[in-house]
Amino acid sequence: MKVITDVVCPFCGSLCDDLTVKVEDNVITDIQRACILGHNKIAGVCLHERIESPMIRKDGELVEVTYEEAIEKAADILANSKRTLSYGWASTSCEAVSKAIQLAEETGSLIDSTANVCHGPTVLAVHEKGSPAASLGQVKNRADLVVFWGCNPVHAHPRHMSRYSTYARGFFTKKGRKARNIAVVDVRETDTSKLADKYVQVDPGCDYMLLNAIRSVINENEDVIPAQVAGIPKEEIIELATMLKEARFSCIFYGMGTTQSRSKYKNGDAVSSLLYDLNQYSKSVMIPMRGHYNVTGFGQVANWETGYPNAIDFNRRLAYYNPGETGASDVLLRGEVDSAIIAAADPGAHFAQEAVRCLAKVPMIQIDPYHNATTELADVVIPAAVVGVETEGTAYRMDSIPLRMKKLIDTTFKSDEEIVTDLIEKVREIKGGA
Amino acid sequence: MSELIIKNAAVCDPINGINCEKMDLAVKDGKIVENVSSGADVIDAGGRLTMAGAIDGHTHCAGKINLGRLMSPHDMRMNPVPGLSGLQEPTPYTRAQSGYNTPNTFALGYRYSKLGYTTLSEAAISMLSARHTHEEFESIPILDKWGLTLFGNNWHVMNYVRDEQPEKLAAYIAWGLKASRGFGVKVVNPGGGEAWGWGKNVTSLDDVVADFDVTPRQILMGLAEANEALRLPHSIHVHCNNLGKPGNYETTLETMKLMEGVKTTRDRQALHLAHLQFHSYGGNSWREFESATPQITDYINGADHLTFDMGQVIFGPAMTMTADGPLEYSNARMLHAKWSNKDVELEDGAGVVPIEYSPKSFVNAVQWAIGLELALMVEDPWKVMFTTDSPNGGSFVNYPEAFALLMSAKKRQQIIESLPNLAVDRMVLPGIDRELDFYELAVMTRGIQSKMFSMNNIGHLGVGADADIAVYDIIPDQIDPGTEHEKLKKAFSATSCTIKSGNVVVRDGEIVATPAGRTYWVNASGCVSNDVNEAAMKDIKNNFRRYYTVGIANYMVEDEYLPHPVEITTEVN
Repeated sequence: MKVITDVVCPFCGSLCDDLTVKVEDNVITDIQRACILGHNKIAGVCLHERIESPMIRKDGELVEVTYEEAIEKAADILANSKRTLSYGWASTSCEAVSKAIQLAEETGSLIDSTANVCHGPTVLAVHEKGSPAASLGQVKNRADLVVFWGCNPVHAHPRHMSRYSTYARGFFTKKGRKARNIAVVDVRETDTSKLADKYVQVDPGCDYMLLNAIRSVINENEDVIPAQVAGIPKEEIIELATMLKEARFSCIFYGMGTTQSRSKYKNGDAVSSLLYDLNQYSKSVMIPMRGHYNVTGFGQVANWETGYPNAIDFNRRLAYYNPGETGASDVLLRGEVDSAIIAAADPGAHFAQEAVRCLAKVPMIQIDPYHNATTELADVVIPAAVVGVETEGTAYRMDSIPLRMKKLIDTTFKSDEEIVTDLIEKVREIKGGA
Repeated sequence: MSELIIKNAAVCDPINGINCEKMDLAVKDGKIVENVSSGADVIDAGGRLTMAGAIDGHTHCAGKINLGRLMSPHDMRMNPVPGLSGLQEPTPYTRAQSGYNTPNTFALGYRYSKLGYTTLSEAAISMLSARHTHEEFESIPILDKWGLTLFGNNWHVMNYVRDEQPEKLAAYIAWGLKASRGFGVKVVNPGGGEAWGWGKNVTSLDDVVADFDVTPRQILMGLAEANEALRLPHSIHVHCNNLGKPGNYETTLETMKLMEGVKTTRDRQALHLAHLQFHSYGGNSWREFESATPQITDYINGADHLTFDMGQVIFGPAMTMTADGPLEYSNARMLHAKWSNKDVELEDGAGVVPIEYSPKSFVNAVQWAIGLELALMVEDPWKVMFTTDSPNGGSFVNYPEAFALLMSAKKRQQIIESLPNLAVDRMVLPGIDRELDFYELAVMTRGIQSKMFSMNNIGHLGVGADADIAVYDIIPDQIDPGTEHEKLKKAFSATSCTIKSGNVVVRDGEIVATPAGRTYWVNASGCVSNDVNEAAMKDIKNNFRRYYTVGIANYMVEDEYLPHPVEITTEVN
């Protein structure tokens, strides 16, 4: 039996790094300290049904083939397309992302990550106003006020509150939960809001108004606030603003409730603008609750390799970026793509119907360990090893701290990185021969 | 075995005392050698100016520059220096390029190589994010790199300084360099970063850092002594307190004086002052803002324990990025600019804010002058390293512009004439007619780096040195740098030939090969006794268990992140 300590969990953006995993005969038999989500992800590698073999769709049916045949077919699709969409890459390693970007550049493709339907607006807000952030340990050690805005860590990031925020005990916060106040802003009561000292139920789609009202109080302009904003009485707004102003160190964790509701990136801009003013009085930072464990890493790698964090179009050979025009959903909704390569994501289940319809019409390559809705639309399916369990690689936590994912068990599946490396070689071969 | 001979080179190599002498350079297996066989490849330099590959000893090329990129998608299309900025298509040798102040990693490698640079020193590695820095290093083609690790606001450091445990402090630094695969000790606004954890700052060397009961003075002294105990190749590399504030020259003077007492254990300076331009301000308010270069250079001319780099300002847009978190917040408030911040638990902070240096702004104009004044008023070029603190004072692609300014009083005068009178009254530059020659320029871009980082294998062209060579399209005795500015700039903007470790990487200003560069790091554990190391490890592990959010096992940068490592070890004499 092998006992592997300090395992980094490949599920959510919390990237907990304290798991202990036991392996017997190359099977994971015990996982300690993981939350239910992480546990299922790691255990699932041995328990859940995998895509067992590479497959190519022939006469409407997926037929098992070898890796070589699948790579060849996939490369053939990529080499003969004019506008390929390369999408996903959030639940894989930075090393694989780097290769995917190279493939996109060489094939003139458009590459985008799952941030397109998640924290993409957060990125736009940073373009507008910047990112006043901190590492999670600053929150653990210093924060006497934590605000969860439009997010629900109890269910989405289950160990976040014990490791980094609500309950974490640090140098200046030795009393943990008792050392800090918790505020939650959401459109409905959640299991997170039930644990809060202060819960504010904002009207759906009105976060932007509430943020600006709070900012007005911070700037001592409360006279401009009407009796009620976003469904919240003025007194409560003043109370929340006062909590922020009187805290020694506060952090606003924000989720898709702000990025994918009305006002989109303007909400992130408003949080940032609020902190811009608030920091004159008290220290305050913001951290996005990133979902996929390495969606942050995609943004980092894309940024240093292309200059842009997502939605990068290599159709003109140089990197072109204009989210709203070059996002994955945008090109699909315009029916613009003539092939697609999807990795470590499931747009078949998560994209708008109109976009999925476009995806169904074109030749599509899927790289994934598991069968999902996207598999039903794929013409070439290439099974991959699970990063952080079957293969190693780098991932970035929600606060942009990079950690090395471990390999826990052996596998015969190729890694995403190997698959894309093979694809690059094959495409070069085809294009060189043409 | 690859052999190469560069014939008819006008070699300018200050480390070896060679001043534009016509000679041949023989290269074998990536090193300069006495001679090569008759079968060697031949490059005819045709009497052109030939120097060792340049070394940027203080640049922000990996790590928080990525936050700068994220904040400025508009920068990617900006093209004020054609050929060295903006969007560029891939070629058979190169990847797609973007950006000006914050170019992508590939562009960084190609563009520095075109300027004849072959080695970069990243100014700040945040330990907890060190993997990130090394990932970007590996993505920057051609160039060799190293990074300086941040220690000036680290809890372990402050605790050991307060508790007067210099041996444990040295042990921690050796451990930290290994954990982050760093090259040396960087100190940024000592104490100020910790204060910024609560939104505050320190304003003098003697302010007490809350909760830790130490002063910036004690932190600086403790780190300098530990640096010497570990016999590190570089001295402490200091970004002083009060950066960017009117009147800050007094803090800078005090910091320099403080280090007079440090006994060095290697043949180099005891202190390097980073981007001194930002620390040489007089006046008690922005209204009174003026150059304090005379006060600073008077001292430096009489001192022999320090070096500094310029931090020259280039007019136009720039991106400021520093571990000085409180400074960046006040920059953002003052400039009404967007603001990014990144505090790192137990260690330090960082901020990124865009800026535009305008020749119409009297403050910016004086800043522009101070950088040049420092380089020209310090008599000994072996104390002056050329930098713009890229991209803080301006992007490195503007180095040729700054070289031209240092080499021509006339060019400086032309610009001074366009500046506001108020600014001209507050600077001393107009009275300076010194013009650097190629030899002095080579000292500031190659020679001093070789000495101040104790890197005997680079920065010169003596036998045994790495074959990092830049050939510029200049015949030294056929150009007057004092008047032929454009010709000079053009030649410095794109080499006739850049050679990296014996490989030709640039030909006639175009990239022709992109070999991977190496990463240097310093292992000083040989200077730490086992007992002390064990005792320090107990403290370190305790802090990880209680305060960090990652485990110590997941903190150390693994070998995988340095595929081309060069480990430098230090040992007790």
